[in-house]
Amino acid sequence: MRRRTWIVPTAYIVFLMLPIYWLVNMSFKTTNEILGGFSLYPKEFTLDNYITIFTDPTWYTGYLNSLAYVGINTALSVAVALPAAYAFSRYRFIGDKHLFFWLLTNRMAPPAVFALPFFQLYSAVGLFDTHIAVALSHTLFNIPLAVWILEGFMSGVPKELDETAYVDGHSFWGFFLKIFIPTIAAGIGVACFFCFMFSWVELLLAKTLTAVEAKPIAATMTRTASTSGYELGLLAAAGTLTIVPGAFVIYFVRNYIAKGFALGRV
Amino acid sequence: MTLELKQIAKTVDGSVHIHPTDLTLEPGSFNILLGTTLAGKTTLMQLMAGLDRPTDGSLHFNGKDVTGMRVQDRNVSMVYQQFINYPNFTVFENIASPLRVARRNEREIKERVGRMAELLKLTPMLDRRPSELSGGQQQRCAMARALVKSSDLVLLDEPLANLDFKLREELRDELPKLFADRDCVVVYATTEPTEALLLGGKTATMHEGCVTQFGPTGEIYRRPKDEISAKVFSEPPINTATIRKSGGTVDLGGVAQWATPAVLANRPDGDYRIGLRPHHVLPQSKGGATVRVQGKVLVTELSGSESTVHFTVGDETWVSLAHGIHSFDVGSTAELFADVSHAFYFGPDGGLIAE
Repeated sequence: MRRRTWIVPTAYIVFLMLPIYWLVNMSFKTTNEILGGFSLYPKEFTLDNYITIFTDPTWYTGYLNSLAYVGINTALSVAVALPAAYAFSRYRFIGDKHLFFWLLTNRMAPPAVFALPFFQLYSAVGLFDTHIAVALSHTLFNIPLAVWILEGFMSGVPKELDETAYVDGHSFWGFFLKIFIPTIAAGIGVACFFCFMFSWVELLLAKTLTAVEAKPIAATMTRTASTSGYELGLLAAAGTLTIVPGAFVIYFVRNYIAKGFALGRV
Repeated sequence: MTLELKQIAKTVDGSVHIHPTDLTLEPGSFNILLGTTLAGKTTLMQLMAGLDRPTDGSLHFNGKDVTGMRVQDRNVSMVYQQFINYPNFTVFENIASPLRVARRNEREIKERVGRMAELLKLTPMLDRRPSELSGGQQQRCAMARALVKSSDLVLLDEPLANLDFKLREELRDELPKLFADRDCVVVYATTEPTEALLLGGKTATMHEGCVTQFGPTGEIYRRPKDEISAKVFSEPPINTATIRKSGGTVDLGGVAQWATPAVLANRPDGDYRIGLRPHHVLPQSKGGATVRVQGKVLVTELSGSESTVHFTVGDETWVSLAHGIHSFDVGSTAELFADVSHAFYFGPDGGLIAE
């Protein structure tokens, strides 16, 4: 009996990895082979799909656009969330608990609800089809998340640290920038990761608020057919490349990710 | 520097944390705030430091009103019960931090940090981070940072409470040396009467936001002003009971009687309170002015060479603390001997009755 304990975890891992394998598998095939029949591995191994993506501007600008608005969004969300989380963690004010909870309810609203008002609003002020538009719309759910994560990490730092710094003569900003932010660096990393991830995978708002100039990769990818017919190999290669940044970023916060899922409250 | 508290009071959301308090701490003095948790020690220290604003009253440094002054401008230092250090700085940078803020030159910083590290035995650890130090070293580092800038007021909020007893003894012995050649005001908060006695200096007993008594430590121990001060300054807690004086005898709830002591001789008949330290209630009679009391044994704690017996006397629970091993069965009736010649007598207002 004992010797067979590996069966269940192996089956589970195979089951989990199968779609990802299939995606990578497809990305090295030609579209003809994909449509032609069933094969477990690429019979005519080709890198053409990847070469097309890195050379054809309609493809690689999609990545650049996505990275641009995700980057702006992450920086904006964390920069705004830092002082907010500090206030929630260190001060008591009227309605603080309600406000704090209300923030999280924004996280729970489906983006579709906001798609139309955002579209109308950004069109009116001339922000339509810009990176800023998507970045701003994503702060709707990312700022609350970042505030909650950072508040959790900040509340884990005793307020005596703040007091000691003031007693030693540090000004508030001196303390906040030189002592406090490095102390909660892990929390900031986790908040950045979650902002990055949720902005990276969000499709509906990104698609609605852009047309050509700021078109995200996800929008390019969901276009299954083009003038040259089905380009399944190309889509698979694009999908594979979409997974890479997330995997890359998660590596840096791997030790703190569980704490992040618990919104910094472990 | 002299620190004066004038009618300092603190109220938070309608609940009183510190009752109006007057206190004058002299330059170069070592002052102990003694009281249980929630007695207001930390709050009072935060008011002294300027980390918190009093709701009423004023604070004076050398006669100068500093009530509204920011803590950064006050030249104070503070050490907490938790080991508070800047986690991203090395030990050297931690200690140097107050000097860096004050923009001292590099040579002076090096010299002063070096001297402080030498004094607190941190020299080999200067390049490490606080998280790589033991608890005792972390607290030494916090202390070095508090002492490096020669502040006017040094606040130590139960600095030894989180250390194991060996380190606590070691650091407690070093403490007076650290302040020997300074004229700053030191305020040290502790919950332990024994620690207060070991450190000496002056003691302020605190109870529920009030400073009940302030004076030289030994004197306060020997002559508590009232029942509350006596209770605060006793470990195990002082034994108290109501006694009724009628003419030449006093009666403790029908459990024990003895001749009216001299201090009560000229007082009218009626109810008084008695306070008797646990080591004056013993399982064996020492002769002299001892009074026999009987009570039901609740708990017996044997700790090496000492025995602590909790038992009932009338409606009160008393404690006896004696050398040697004295074992009583729980629930049995024990006979103990109270040396009432050492008793404190308190009037109906709670104040000590002295000759």
